Amino acid sequence: VMPNEKAKLARYGGRQTVTALPGDGIGPEMIAHVQRIFTFANVPVDFETMQLNSDLSRDEDLENAIVAIKRNGVCLKGNIETKFDDPQFKSRNMEIRRRLDLFANVLHTVSIPTVPTRHKDIDIVMIRENTEGEYSGLEHETTKGVVESLKIVTKDKMERIARFAFEYALRYDRKNVTAVHKANIQKLGDGLFLKIATNLAKNEYPEIKFQAMIVDNASMQLVSRPQQFSGGIMLMPNLYGNIISNIACGLVGGPGLVSGMNIGKHYAVFETATRNTGTSLAGQDVANPTAFIRAACDMLCYLGYYNDANLISDCLFRTLTVQRVHTADIGGKATASELVTSVLENIEKQWEKTHHHYHRA
Amino acid sequence: SARNNSSSSEIRRVTLIPGDGIGPEISEAVQKIFEAAGAPIAWDPVDVTPVKGPDGTFRIPSRCIELMHVNKVGLKGPLETPIGKGHRSLNLAVRKEFNLYANVRPCRSLVGHKTLYDNVDVVTIRENTEGEYSGIEHEIVDGVVQSIKLITENASRRVARYAFEYARANNRKLVTVVHKANIMRMSDGLFLNIAREEAAQFPDIKFKEAYLDTVCLNMVQDPSQYDVLVMPNLYGDILSDLCAGLVGGLGVTPSGNIGEGAAVFESVHGTAPDIAGKDMANPTALLGSAIMMLRYMNLEPYADRIERAVFDAIANGDQKTKDLGGNGTCSSFTADVIARLNN
Ligand SMILES: Nc1ncnc2c1ncn2[C@@H]1O[C@H](COP(=O)(O)OP(=O)(O)OP(=O)(O)O)[C@@H](O)[C@H]1O
Ligand SMILES: Nc1ncnc2c1ncn2[C@@H]1O[C@H](COP(=O)(O)OP(=O)(O)OP(=O)(O)O)[C@@H](O)[C@H]1O
Ligand SMILES: [Mg+2]
Ligand SMILES: [Mg+2]
Repeated sequence: VMPNEKAKLARYGGRQTVTALPGDGIGPEMIAHVQRIFTFANVPVDFETMQLNSDLSRDEDLENAIVAIKRNGVCLKGNIETKFDDPQFKSRNMEIRRRLDLFANVLHTVSIPTVPTRHKDIDIVMIRENTEGEYSGLEHETTKGVVESLKIVTKDKMERIARFAFEYALRYDRKNVTAVHKANIQKLGDGLFLKIATNLAKNEYPEIKFQAMIVDNASMQLVSRPQQFSGGIMLMPNLYGNIISNIACGLVGGPGLVSGMNIGKHYAVFETATRNTGTSLAGQDVANPTAFIRAACDMLCYLGYYNDANLISDCLFRTLTVQRVHTADIGGKATASELVTSVLENIEKQWEKTHHHYHRA
Repeated sequence: SARNNSSSSEIRRVTLIPGDGIGPEISEAVQKIFEAAGAPIAWDPVDVTPVKGPDGTFRIPSRCIELMHVNKVGLKGPLETPIGKGHRSLNLAVRKEFNLYANVRPCRSLVGHKTLYDNVDVVTIRENTEGEYSGIEHEIVDGVVQSIKLITENASRRVARYAFEYARANNRKLVTVVHKANIMRMSDGLFLNIAREEAAQFPDIKFKEAYLDTVCLNMVQDPSQYDVLVMPNLYGDILSDLCAGLVGGLGVTPSGNIGEGAAVFESVHGTAPDIAGKDMANPTALLGSAIMMLRYMNLEPYADRIERAVFDAIANGDQKTKDLGGNGTCSSFTADVIARLNN
């Protein structure tokens, strides 16, 4: 995670308050798992839980949630279902990202040993423009039965996301950047994006390898030879980012595993990479909490609590790979609570080890 | 529907656009195999190199268009897309001229061509006339570009209905409409609603709705949950290539463009200039398209027989082309298919 000097954080007496937006589906139980881990591990973070979902579709809820995120600076978020039977109801997920100007969606898709997958050795960072493009929400019915949907591409936002990707590559030592586009069809819109990324690469980041790839080809390459992108970054406008990220998450084991961050200049919202609600799994203690726990670790890094983040993430990794505690989505029989319990046991063991050191020293 | 119901023994004429690069080689392979199979097809080869019209713009030669209007069915090899020239891609022009509104791409795992996925059997049906490919774009102010995606009730209905008809005719059980109506609420919402309406007309076919991203996520984990997929233009473009990737690439994926009263079947790979003229090209994709064409023309017995021979040559033969890991050539593979036609 990019530590953010400009972040506005609510920190009092060494404790940080974060907004929790549990949302719909499995969100509430996932946040509860994270809270259980935080409490056990004495993480100095308090949750301020806000209710916002598609059932309570009152505008105050959205406003209150946004105010709360602005106050605390960070948010751990479940997905809010979008009821598409009512076209007036705009996606609240999108609305939050837009209102807080969370322009970068960042995911790190990495193969986890012991998770059954077809492809091995995947290690790709996905950086996606998160506020405009096809997600502008500008649509109208010109005549009955004819709808126009506007995709907006602006030079400023494209430059901002491209620069973010190159800076990320420098800071985290990623070897190359692949810009994914469809400029052969959308000559102006995607053409602008491609031109900006290409020029930045050439003029300001010559040390980073850069290539461009058409989105349909990129999808095909990902499912046939994903390793060609490993060690690098895929840089994408909004919709292609949605598509490509979901492919990559599927390749490393599915929606239960990968976390995603939404980062702006001042605020950050942490959620799962694929932003599913998982409604059909809710309430059964079967949904994989890994993605949410990793989102929580991302959040801790952003807040500068590196020790807590590393402790939890190491213990989770051990649970998945050494103890092989797997939920049903990755071929196991464990419940979500069993997985979390295993993480807690690992934390306990870790402490015992460091205590021993202490005494012996 | 566009199906021609004349009896199977009568000779039917098909416009053949051999295309550029490896196009002529793979077209020849198809012709030889059809001849050996006794398929009642006569070919009308035609050159579609763009010609400059009186107004200075390039267009398809009128001979090709006239022939297509007579034959109603075409088979087309890959065409060079002139890069950086000011005129529309020829592929696009052919589609527009014949109003080819649905692009159909079956993707099936091939026995004998091992990939990481061995349980793929999906058909993507892509709306092919509008959507994100409307080509309407403006720079509203400096540094702000607006691209218009156009979704109409008519085009949506036409392609949705075709998907259900295709499912019924090809003994498929499930049609999934792929959309992003959570974000593009009106445009994809319209597409989705029309698909729902059409679904109601086909109670014998199961119907599902899914977000594009969820389909991508699930497709790479367990493709066997999908059957026929129908979607707007851009999603179809991406998802059809993704599915091709699952079964081993464009070299083996057939494709058909269905219009109102006409259809053009084509390989989806490019002209492969690196291997053109070297007898190295794999004709499987174009053959597959030609087999789809036979089914479209109600010539199933020929389609089935040729298809069996091709599958057999890939699964059991030793003349597979290099792209499938074999040592055969385009012509030796063709000979192998022909040898198997009569077994
Ligand atoms: N944490 C998780 N653990 C295991 N499986 C999950 C998890 N989250 C989502 N899934 C699965 O991923 C798939 C897609 O999720 P989901 O159904 O939420 O997607 P969706 O298309 O967004 O629909 P919905 O409206 O239900 O959110 C489903 O099969 C779901 O069960
Ligand atoms: N039918 C085929 N048989 C064997 N190899 C193929 C076939 N089609 C494509 N290829 C290979 O796949 C790669 C990409 O092919 P493709 O034709 O798309 O190239 P291209 O350079 O993009 O051509 P175009 O500009 O016409 O699209 C090439 O290396 C080519 O050799
Ligand atoms: Mg394509
Ligand atoms: Mg090509």
